[in-house]
Amino acid sequence: QLDSLLKKMEINVAEAEKRTGKNTMNMQETYTVYLIETRPAEAVPEGGTPATPDCLWRRYSEFELLRTYLLVTYPYIVVPPLPEKRAEFVWHKLSADNLDPDFVERRRVGLENFLLRVASHPVLSNDKIFFLFLTEEKGWREAVLETGFQDKVDSRLKSLSAMFRVKNPDKRFTDLKHYSDELSTVIAQLLRVRARVADRLYGVYKVHGNYGRIFSEWSAIEREMGDGLQSAGHHMDTYAASIDDILEEEEHYADQLKEYLFYADALRSVCKKHDLTQYESEMAAQDLASKKQQKEELATGTVRVFSLKGMTSKLFGQESQEQRESRLAALEQSIQEGEELLKDKNTECQEFVRTAWEDIERFKEQKDRDVREALISYAIMQISMCKKGIQVWSNAKECFNKM
Amino acid sequence: MSSPTVPADFSGHMLDLDEDEDLEVFTKKTSMTDGSPMPNSPSSMVNQYGLDEEEEEQGTSTKDIFITVDNPESQVTAIETFIMYRVVTKTTRSEFDSSEYEVRRRYQDFVWLRGRLEESQPTLIVHPLPEKFVMKGMVERFNEDFIETRRKALHRFLNKISEHPILSSSEHFKVFLTAQELTPHRKQGPSFLSRMGETVRAVANSVRGLRSRPEEFVIMQEYVEDFSNKISSMDKVTQRIIKEQKEYLDELGQYSPTYTQWAGAEEELAEPLKGMAGCVELCNKETEELISHLADVLVPALHEYVLCAETLKTVMKRRDNIQADFESKSEALAAKKVDQEALKEEVDALADRVELANNALKGDWSRWQNSMRTDLKSAFVATAEKNVEYYEKCLAVWERFLLSQRTEPSEEQAGEDAS
Repeated sequence: QLDSLLKKMEINVAEAEKRTGKNTMNMQETYTVYLIETRPAEAVPEGGTPATPDCLWRRYSEFELLRTYLLVTYPYIVVPPLPEKRAEFVWHKLSADNLDPDFVERRRVGLENFLLRVASHPVLSNDKIFFLFLTEEKGWREAVLETGFQDKVDSRLKSLSAMFRVKNPDKRFTDLKHYSDELSTVIAQLLRVRARVADRLYGVYKVHGNYGRIFSEWSAIEREMGDGLQSAGHHMDTYAASIDDILEEEEHYADQLKEYLFYADALRSVCKKHDLTQYESEMAAQDLASKKQQKEELATGTVRVFSLKGMTSKLFGQESQEQRESRLAALEQSIQEGEELLKDKNTECQEFVRTAWEDIERFKEQKDRDVREALISYAIMQISMCKKGIQVWSNAKECFNKM
Repeated sequence: MSSPTVPADFSGHMLDLDEDEDLEVFTKKTSMTDGSPMPNSPSSMVNQYGLDEEEEEQGTSTKDIFITVDNPESQVTAIETFIMYRVVTKTTRSEFDSSEYEVRRRYQDFVWLRGRLEESQPTLIVHPLPEKFVMKGMVERFNEDFIETRRKALHRFLNKISEHPILSSSEHFKVFLTAQELTPHRKQGPSFLSRMGETVRAVANSVRGLRSRPEEFVIMQEYVEDFSNKISSMDKVTQRIIKEQKEYLDELGQYSPTYTQWAGAEEELAEPLKGMAGCVELCNKETEELISHLADVLVPALHEYVLCAETLKTVMKRRDNIQADFESKSEALAAKKVDQEALKEEVDALADRVELANNALKGDWSRWQNSMRTDLKSAFVATAEKNVEYYEKCLAVWERFLLSQRTEPSEEQAGEDAS
């Protein structure tokens, strides 16, 4: 935390712009680019102006590439997620469009949040590729590919099979996996409920707008009641209109929840990697044990483990002393290599567990802080909404009293 | 103590000003009519009461009759099942022999009463009864909510009648409130057939058309049409709001179990998440109460005036018919050469009838407008108050939650700007 990049550098995703260009299939497409501004984080002297920032444009797919690189390069880190690719859990049919200005704006905020998360991470913020992402517009793509990170990507099959076959995973990771599943479930459910609730609340407020219209028309035919009705009608219109801002603010709460929905995926990734390293370690141990077994049998002449060599020698005659000795030597060599491998794998595994758990503890604290803050800001939003309601209806009541 | 509402036949009693209280009451009235001699003709009295706005707002200080409708009980006979309501009257009015009465009445009895009142005063605005049955939603006649809604409306009906300066002194009204058995009384009076005859004549007259309606009634007619539209729209919009609120409530109810479930998976966050669950549950309850208020207070008030609008239309038609009757007879008078004497008497009587009808309506009209304004104003004010209360209660819930979170020791609260 002390050496994070964020201490030295201010990062902003300042703007979004539409571009059109030809894609890889030579077809015209419209996409959005985001302006990343960076500036050294130094105190501005009194009356002075801050230095002009350096800036470059990036599109969403480049962010995705950066994140994939980070995931592969730091599998023991809970890598911050990107804002969603497509609008999900929408309550208003209109905002489901990727080119919708509200969606683009929320995505801009989400991308900035992503960069800030990475830049303040004790490990990730020191990454060279990340730094280049912020500072080198051209040539960044080549630099990433040059790292050869694609080769380190674990195949899905490998991951899946490790998950099923690992014998002694660290209990903490097993628990973490269950937790991340639970977290995904509840947050998804919350987001679904929120969307439905927002839809309904919108309906309630907007129907009150009809009161405004009717009061206005009605006031025209009344003498004594006219003024009271008319002015009450205006307040009903205000009430109906107020829901738009209220629900827009609430989108921010939904975005905060979504970030942790996606963080749950990042947690799962780390657990999967643990399963894999543990599994490889177990496989290495198993392999070594079997080789040692073979050597023992070869040395003592007993066959407990089936080997093709052994079978063929049985069928086709005993092998010579020389052959036996060379086989023994080869096995010895293999065993030595196997012991090295096992040592490496065990170290890798332990190292992974250690570094991963360190980041997980950091993540837990961050999550507790962030979620609590999100709940607090939700409460503040509700309070604001209630205050508006009190205001409008108090005003309406005064108008009704004048009827 | 004499009652402030004086029926036409008792005009003589109004001159007995021996008690100060009576004098005070009458003084209020005479001031409205600029010190003119005690009125003793029905039409001028109607005008007087029509203009008396203060009486409306005096409330219990001049109220000398209290009527309640309660205790619905179902009665089963061989032919039918129906609901009987208990009607309790407490009064100090001199025309009542006793000060307290308790009778049992069914909906049909109310219908009878209203019919008789309309008959005796065709151009007065007699408060409407709740509808016979609700077609929309196929509400059962014996459904609890339906019975309760009806009971409240019947209660209002009787109280509205008792507040009416002319109608409350009706003999039928008295009989309704006092007679243990209403059936013998129900057999008297204009029969169904004679009412039919009236309807036929009315149709014939409306086909013939009016020569010209007096300006003030033209304006009234236009108003009634517009008012009817507006109040129906209000009714519909309010029903819609209730529907939307109910759907909102349903969805809102999903929050609490989800927050609770999440709390179960957390350690540090368990407490604030449970807090959230608690908050949304409380807001749920408040929403339920708001919906109840709308259904119990605003909807009945609006619906009552939807029915009033229909009553007004009917009253205006009747007035038109009375005028049409007179016009057709006076045309006949002009045309006929024989029986001039008899016909002239009839025409004069009809002319009087027109004047009476017009004056009754005019007088009652401003009274009705005032009553409408007061009733709807009170319903709207109550609704606005309920909404304010709703938001105030929810505000308190969230502020308590906020307070609980901010006083909790948190690791890095220093840099957090939670605004």
